[in-house]
Amino acid sequence: MTSPLARPPRKNPILRTRVPTLPPGVRSRVALGLTAAAARSRFELQVCRECGTVQYPPREACHACLSHRLDWREQSGAGDLVSETVLRHSLELFFRERMPWRLGMIKLDCGPVVIAHLHGDCPPAPTRVRVRASLDRAGQAALIAIPEKDTPNMSDDRQLREMTCDPKFRKVLITDAKTALGQALIDALVAAGADLVWAGYAEPWKKPRGFDRLASMPQVSALPLDLTNSRAVKDAAREIGGRVEILINTADHHRTFGIAARNGVEVARTEMDINYFGLLRLAQEFAPAMRARAADGQSSAIAWVNLLSIFALSNFPPHGTYSASKAAALSLAQCLRAELAPAGVRVINVFPGPIEDEWNQELPPPKIAPAGLAAAIVDALRSGGEDVYPGDVAQEWLARWRDNPKALERELAAVSS
Amino acid sequence: MTNRRAAYDDVVVAAPVTVPYIRYSIHGAHRFLARALAELMKRSGLAKHKIDGLCVSSFTLAPDTAVGLTQHLGLTLRWLDHIPMGGACGIVALRRAARAVQCGDAEAVACVAGDTNHTDSFRLNLATFSQFARDAVYPYGSGGANASFAFLTAYYMRTYGAKPEDFGKLCVAQRTNALSFPHALMKRRLTLEEYLTARLIADPLRLFDCVMPCAGADAFLVLRRAQAEDLGLPYVRILATIERHNAFPDDPVQYRGGWALDRDELYAQAGVAPEDIDVLATYDDYPVITLMQIEDLGFCAKGEGPDFVRRHSFTVDGSFPINTSGGQLSVGQAGAAGGFLGMVEVVRQLTGQSIGGVVSGARTGLVSGFGMINYDRGLCSGAAILAASQ
Repeated sequence: MTSPLARPPRKNPILRTRVPTLPPGVRSRVALGLTAAAARSRFELQVCRECGTVQYPPREACHACLSHRLDWREQSGAGDLVSETVLRHSLELFFRERMPWRLGMIKLDCGPVVIAHLHGDCPPAPTRVRVRASLDRAGQAALIAIPEKDTPNMSDDRQLREMTCDPKFRKVLITDAKTALGQALIDALVAAGADLVWAGYAEPWKKPRGFDRLASMPQVSALPLDLTNSRAVKDAAREIGGRVEILINTADHHRTFGIAARNGVEVARTEMDINYFGLLRLAQEFAPAMRARAADGQSSAIAWVNLLSIFALSNFPPHGTYSASKAAALSLAQCLRAELAPAGVRVINVFPGPIEDEWNQELPPPKIAPAGLAAAIVDALRSGGEDVYPGDVAQEWLARWRDNPKALERELAAVSS
Repeated sequence: MTNRRAAYDDVVVAAPVTVPYIRYSIHGAHRFLARALAELMKRSGLAKHKIDGLCVSSFTLAPDTAVGLTQHLGLTLRWLDHIPMGGACGIVALRRAARAVQCGDAEAVACVAGDTNHTDSFRLNLATFSQFARDAVYPYGSGGANASFAFLTAYYMRTYGAKPEDFGKLCVAQRTNALSFPHALMKRRLTLEEYLTARLIADPLRLFDCVMPCAGADAFLVLRRAQAEDLGLPYVRILATIERHNAFPDDPVQYRGGWALDRDELYAQAGVAPEDIDVLATYDDYPVITLMQIEDLGFCAKGEGPDFVRRHSFTVDGSFPINTSGGQLSVGQAGAAGGFLGMVEVVRQLTGQSIGGVVSGARTGLVSGFGMINYDRGLCSGAAILAASQ
């Protein structure tokens, strides 16, 4: 059984900081279907629309009936571990640095045989296991087989942790911790075993209820951080940038209205200044140090979380300029993801539906509660995905957008008229 | 079993060539293939313009194919083939070339296989070996076929009760054979103790279970008997051949190969039985696949491989001589030439041209090929039964 993770010792300052290595990241285009599903923490395989055959590895046509009409469909992942090995040797640096490495061959109940990373708590073959698809450090989908039933400390498994960003014993920066979400996140991260939480705040005069209690917790350290001020961001990065392992950008400026109900551009400019330029300033100051510290043992820089909005996918006219700023932030987050990818630092984009707060007052329920959103962010860090759509509204809008983005645009336009 | 396979009539195989293997080379694959071809011409006495057919196998010839090689080596040909089938390429080359000669599309076909090996070329080959390997095996850290054969070996041991000592006995016997083969890269005697205590590579595989990649080339000539006799070349006759690709795709773990589908036709066409085989060459990148070939080619029943190993000695002078040059496990795996090594060795044994240990009185030989671990199993299998000229 997995032994519980121990708090990492202080870093020995005379040791060289290792350079990050990655597992092989090249995939054929058709295999990226697995990555697309894993990005949403789903395990999907190709299913033939004509004959129903489930197949793996991904192909351009059904191996049973040769139809090219293939759909990616979610699978349970249940199957039999039919054989296993422990690699003691690899030609790839990423694995050489992590030997020994357990691999399994699994006959899935849905048909195909898969080769997968094998969790240490899986009994020797033959046995029942569950297969999951998760993003690996290269940002590509990889399969991992876990025990049929949960085991104590299973998330601490050495191989599983190479695919997750679990906040346990990690140092986390919340860029705006005074919002309802920011406060809920402090609680959730401390409960998840975070070693240190920097609680960023922009406006010292704001005294939200509960913040003093949170800031006085032994794991929490308040940090002045105004994302509209380049110098302030630079100063914060100088102070803690070399220690941040997970950065969660919760700073968010949200006002209602679209174009016609507004005079001038000041409100929109402020939205952009925090939601878009704030992210840009953060990325310029914090990303370089995180890139450099992505292989620093158990205390590596590992994840960057952006609080976006489901409005980033398609403009919600009643909150039109806000939607535009979140769409800009999404585009920039894709750029950041590409730039952090060579270091293996995962960029997780969170697309909640309307949050239960003052700026969504006139939107009907269901709205996601700050505590629920905080829990979803911690879950995202523990899972192997990178795109998270928390709450019923986000899930519904995502489904509508995936089904037909133009239809969603028309539907959202109708809301405003 | 309804297909009637035409006999190969008077098509024969001659001039077995091995270009000495080396661990690493700074040279390109073209150079090893050229050396094999040059040696083939020297041994056969055929001038270059008399070779009108060429069959090439190589993993490291890129960006060239066999076509580029014709200009690179100044060959003008009327028949050309390129066979990217790894460990089955020797059998498949023989089949293609023999029919070309038999039908008059070519007079004399040179079959060559070879590869170079730079210090990082094996890794680069693995990373791009196939779409399935790139998408579904290589990202998991396995060093090429090691993990795939570890899965097969673990499954085989669990299912049929094979012990590490059984695989070790084969490896040790092949090393003994290699000691008298001048081109073998591994020249030191191997003890069972050393085999059993060698470092683990991918459980249960240990160091001496795995072939060593190297550079080198092998070649042979396919031509008509009359021409071979005119040239004074010792030759072997082709009694029967088979090939099969992607056999038994529904077996969750590969425990049998295509031979199990085709062996009855193989022996029927040859008019011989397994007990008539005097010398056997299996494809032996890992010992478990040799056990599978022994079973699937009918030398014993499925699952009785371990017991068969315990009953035989496998050395050149012992019972059931196998991989008499030492096989890839002791000679080295020169890329695609690994698919030729057994072929040229059996031709040498059957024509009295052995350059190492001699299987005395060998009249009938069986060469088996196995290749291309595309994803979780080897896809190509083949076999040929050859007979001494008289």
